[in-house]
Parts: sequence; structure tokens; C-alpha cells
Amino acid sequence: MSEATTHDAHDHHDHGPAKGLMRWVTTTNHKDIGTLYLLFSLLMFFIGGAMAMVIRAELFEPGMQVVNPHFFNQMTTNHALIMIFGAVMPAFVGLANWLIPMMIGAPDMALPRMNNWSFWILPFAFTMMLSTIFMDGGAPAAGWTIYPPLVLQTGDAFPFMIFAIHMMGISSVMGAINVIATILNMRAPGMTLMKMPLFVWTWLITAYLLIAVMPVLAGAVTMLLTDKYFGTSFFTAAGGGDPVMYQHIFWFFGHPEVYILILPAFGIVSQIIPTFARKPLFGYSSMVYASASIAFLSFIVWAHHMFTVGMPVAGELFFMYATMLIAVPTGVKVFNWVSTMWKGSMTFETPMLFALGFVVLFTIGGFSGLMLAIAPSDFQYHDTYFVVAHFHYVLVTGAIFAIMGAAYYWLPKWTGHMYNETLGKWHFWLSTITVNILFFPQHFLGLAGMPRRIPDYSVQFAEFNMISSIGGFAFGLSQLLFAYIVISTIRGGAKATDKVWDGAEGLEWTLSSPPPYHSFSEAPEVK
Amino acid sequence: MASNSDAKLSTARLVTRLGLVVVAMFGFGYLMVPIYDVFCDITGLNGKTSNEVAVAPVIVDTSRTVTVEFDSTLNEAMQWDFQPDVRKLSVHPGEVKTVTYRVRNRMAQAVDGQAIPSVAPGGAAEYLKKTECFCFTQQTLNAGEEKLMPVTFFVDPELPADIRYLTLSYTFFDVTKVASNTH
Repeated sequence: MSEATTHDAHDHHDHGPAKGLMRWVTTTNHKDIGTLYLLFSLLMFFIGGAMAMVIRAELFEPGMQVVNPHFFNQMTTNHALIMIFGAVMPAFVGLANWLIPMMIGAPDMALPRMNNWSFWILPFAFTMMLSTIFMDGGAPAAGWTIYPPLVLQTGDAFPFMIFAIHMMGISSVMGAINVIATILNMRAPGMTLMKMPLFVWTWLITAYLLIAVMPVLAGAVTMLLTDKYFGTSFFTAAGGGDPVMYQHIFWFFGHPEVYILILPAFGIVSQIIPTFARKPLFGYSSMVYASASIAFLSFIVWAHHMFTVGMPVAGELFFMYATMLIAVPTGVKVFNWVSTMWKGSMTFETPMLFALGFVVLFTIGGFSGLMLAIAPSDFQYHDTYFVVAHFHYVLVTGAIFAIMGAAYYWLPKWTGHMYNETLGKWHFWLSTITVNILFFPQHFLGLAGMPRRIPDYSVQFAEFNMISSIGGFAFGLSQLLFAYIVISTIRGGAKATDKVWDGAEGLEWTLSSPPPYHSFSEAPEVK
Repeated sequence: MASNSDAKLSTARLVTRLGLVVVAMFGFGYLMVPIYDVFCDITGLNGKTSNEVAVAPVIVDTSRTVTVEFDSTLNEAMQWDFQPDVRKLSVHPGEVKTVTYRVRNRMAQAVDGQAIPSVAPGGAAEYLKKTECFCFTQQTLNAGEEKLMPVTFFVDPELPADIRYLTLSYTFFDVTKVASNTH
């Protein structure tokens, strides 16, 4: 990853990276851009994490202790926006950049200059987003769903937030177009679609979801902008608009978005588990079809986020059953992961631990999702901490655990150095124990009726909140260990072999560790 | 290198197509607005009542009685008093009734208001019809002015038998700024 390592024996006469800072600014190399995305994502993970620490500090005890309610709302809103658009999505795009060309035997991404642009928009978008904290009226505080009419009360930050969201959208749409063009046009001879590694498959589907729904979000926030400044009445009841319509448009984007945040994670886990079970993935084609079905179903379930807006019974039944249907392809996936491990010669290196943690804990999140899908009981759970517990199980122990597993799994390939296995295991166990202390009690809080997005709570919720906050601080601190492991692996460590893991399969393991700056200039033959 | 330039061509075509999908989906976001309105118009799902003047029916269904409740709300910055004269009324479907709301502007300047009606349960919205209503137009009240605002309505005899209670709710919005903005 550093210049020294990429210069190692492998660039004979072909030119390596340019020197200095401009290498990173002007780079069109998929590995450089992948690195930029991943490091950016790590930085955003800590900024968003710091906001989570403020939230948990305020909720440590009942009553107002640390921040004022308005600032608390700014923290919940920005924590979510940064974690979703700044940490998880760029991490997946970074992994796609690094891995897709190496997995399909391509020399680079199909559109390298656009690739550079789609990354370099992000730092500007997030600088703009974060700068709103210092503006008159504070940062956006209406929740990440930015529902009108509340969000229209945002101060000077409002247009900055809208344009930041536009820029994030443009960035991910460009990234998605690049991924599709690369996968469809740049596969090595013999790499048919049904031979592609599952990470590539899930990313192809994710990319289609991105180009289908990011523009819808862009439209929705543009309507908010014109409602506030140009006298339109899309969502203003006074002019004949309807705020509930915003929720429909937002969640038409929002539900596919949650699969954008998890499908690449499914792909990662489907790469890691066969390696450490030393068996090929069970049910490859059913995995592909399950991913595609999940993507298709994601377009017809959006209103389960808004069961309480006053839908007719027929609507509630439709969205309830459609939502529950998603459990079928997801169940197929969990079944296949478990079957892959069945009678395998398993070993438990850190990537495998994270993948196993993913399977168990993501499934818990899936089950609480099923509970929320039941329309009549959702009226009780809606907007409580039960929802918070649910989506943190699928996003933290789902998406983020998969990303961390991916980092441990491919870091030796990327850097040419082995990470410290003992520290990696420490990181896994600390994370897994603390994340459960953090989020598991929130299920009980939610079932007992504690509302989300409120800085204060009734004293009956005090004990579980304190436990949750302690878990939160410990989980936050544990992630410093992750940053330390990643940085020290980049800087040095035991030399990694080309194959790194003895059960690893796939083209990326045929390259040296670290791979040459330009790999597969001549396409490999895939049998 | 022939195959290479072929691949480049098809990449350009692919990217153009994907770009078109992006543009189309941006348009689709906006298309959802009329789709939503038409859908709600047909089904009456969002409780929006039609702002069209209805013609009173000839038949009155005296076999049943429906209770209509009246509700009034002010949007955030609205400094008005706004109360219906009666809280509820029993009517036969088809029977035409008039109810007045008492409205007073507490502000020291003239304010343009727009009342937005809503009916609960949502499924009953299309059956509550108005022949005359202060919500059909914007209402301007001078500083301290008080007005009685009538609404004349009837419940359509087609109303499903299981609905016996209706709530007609009005929210007054301050549209002074909007009105001056559009000039």
C-alpha cells in the first residue's frame, strides 16, 4: 500500500506510481483508489463513532447531562449520515476497487478517470456536511431520514446538507456505473458470469440497486430544497402537498439502500467462509439467485418503514407479507453458509471469526427485522429502541463486521505483510462482546417503550441504558485496536505468501503479495 | 487489438445506457408525485378530501345516522383563534348541513391563511362532500379581525355501512409569505 511496498521487486520496466502527494490526487489506478476509499472510510468510521460516543454519554444516565437536546439531535442525524454514506458505502466501494479487477482478471476498472473523480468528490461532500455543525442553527437535526416538515426548520445548514447528499449520490452512482462496466466488459476469457466470485456477483447487483435508487433520493432532497426556497409545495400541506408522500419517495430509495449496505457483505462472507472451511461454497447458484431476489423484493417493501402513517389494512398486509418473503432468500444464504462449514476442516483465523460473528449476529438482526415486519406489532415497536437495536445488529455486526473480516482477509494480499494474529483475535473478541453489551439491552429498552432520538428518558430505563453506554464506550475503544493493527500491517510485518491462506481460491491469490501496481496486463486464462 | 476497441465501444454504449437509467430514475422520483396524487384521488387513502364543489344529492338515507366530528388545528406560526361552533353533529347520509368556524387574527398585521381539510378514517374521505367551504379559497384576516367561516357539507349515501363516525379536521396554514413570494 505504501510506495515502498508497491515498488518491491515487481515493477520491472512498466511504470510504477508517481511520487509524492500528487500520486494520490491524480491516480487512476484501481489499487490506489481502493486504498483511498478504505482509508477515507476508516476516518469517517471514527468521526461517526465519536458522535455515537456523544449520544451514549448523554444516555448514560437519565436527565440532561452532557449536551443540549438540539445538539443531541444533530449527533444522531450526522452519526447516521456519516456511517451510512461515509463509512459503510465507501468501504464497500474501496473493496470493489481493490478486488473486482483482481478477481475477474482485469488490468484495472473500466473507467479509471471517472473512478478518480468519484472518490475525490467525497472528501468535499463530507467537509461540507461536517462544516454545518459550526453554522447558525447547527447541523441538520431531523434524523437521517430528513422528514419534512421538521427538516425544513433546519437553519443555514439546510442547503449545504442537500448539496452534500447530492455529491454523495453522484459519487456512488459513478462508482456503480464503473463497477457494472468493469464486470460486464472486462472479465478475463473463460470467466463466465456464473464463474464469478460471489463478492463480484453481489457487487454487480448492488451497483444496479445504486443506479436505480440514488437518483430517487436526489429527486426527493431536491424537492425539499425547492419547497424551502422556491415556493413549491411537494410536501407542504398548505400548498396542497403531502408530507407523507416524502416518506414514500424516501423509503423507495431507503429500502433498496439497506440492501446496498448488506449485499456486498454477503459477498465478502461468501468468500471468507469457504477459505477457512476448506470446502467450496455450498449452493453457489442459489446464492446468486437469492441475492437477485433480495434486490428485486427490496423495491416492493418500502412502506414497512411507515406502517403507522395510516395505511389501509390491505396496504399493511401487502407490505407485511412482501417483507416477510425476503426472509426466504436470506434464509437460503444463511443455510448455505452453515452448509459450507458442515464437515469442513475449519480453522479460526481472524477473518473467519468475523465471518462467523457476522452469520450469528446478522441473523439475530434478521429475526428482529421479522418481528418489526409484523404490522400489528410494529405499532408497538415503531420508533423505539427496538428498531435501533435491529438496524445496528444488521449494520454493525452485519455490514461492519463483514468489512473488518474483509480487511483482515485481504490486508496481507494488499500490503504483503501479515497482520498480528493475536491482536486480530483480541480485536474480534473485544468487539463481539462489547457490541452485544452495547446493542442487546436496546431490544429490551425498545420493547419496554423507550423512544429513539430523544436525549432523556424515564428512570425505569436507567439500568439498561447504562449497560448499553458502557458497552458503547468499550466497543468504541476496541476499534482503536483495529486502526493500530491496520496501520502497523501497512508499515511492516511478517512477509505474506502469495496465496496467504491455504484454502483460498480465486485469481487474486495468483498474484504476488502485494500485487504489482499494474496486474493482469495480460488476461489470465480461466478454465 | 481489434477485440480491445470492440470492448471500448461497448463500454461507451453501456455507460450511456446506464447514464440514461440514472436520468430516468431521477425523473421517476418526480413522477411519483403525480402517481401518488392520482392513486390517493382514486382510493382516497391519504384522507385528503376533494376541494371541488359537490352537488347536493336528492335522496336522504334516513335509515342510518352518522356522527361527524369537527376538529381545528393551527400550523406552527399561525397566531389565530380557530374553533368550530359545534364539536359534533349527527346527520343522515345525504342530508345537507352547515357548520361555522369562528376565526380571529391575533396578529398586529394582516395574515393570509389557507385551511387544509383532512378526513379520518382515510377510507371515508371521498364520501364527505362539501358544497361550500372557507377552505376552497385563501382567507385574509386583517389585524384583530374576526370572521365566521361556514362549511356546507353532506355525507354521501354511498358511505360504507361500517363507518359510523367521521372526523373532519382543518388545519390553517400561514401562506402570507408564500402568497407574496409568488408575486
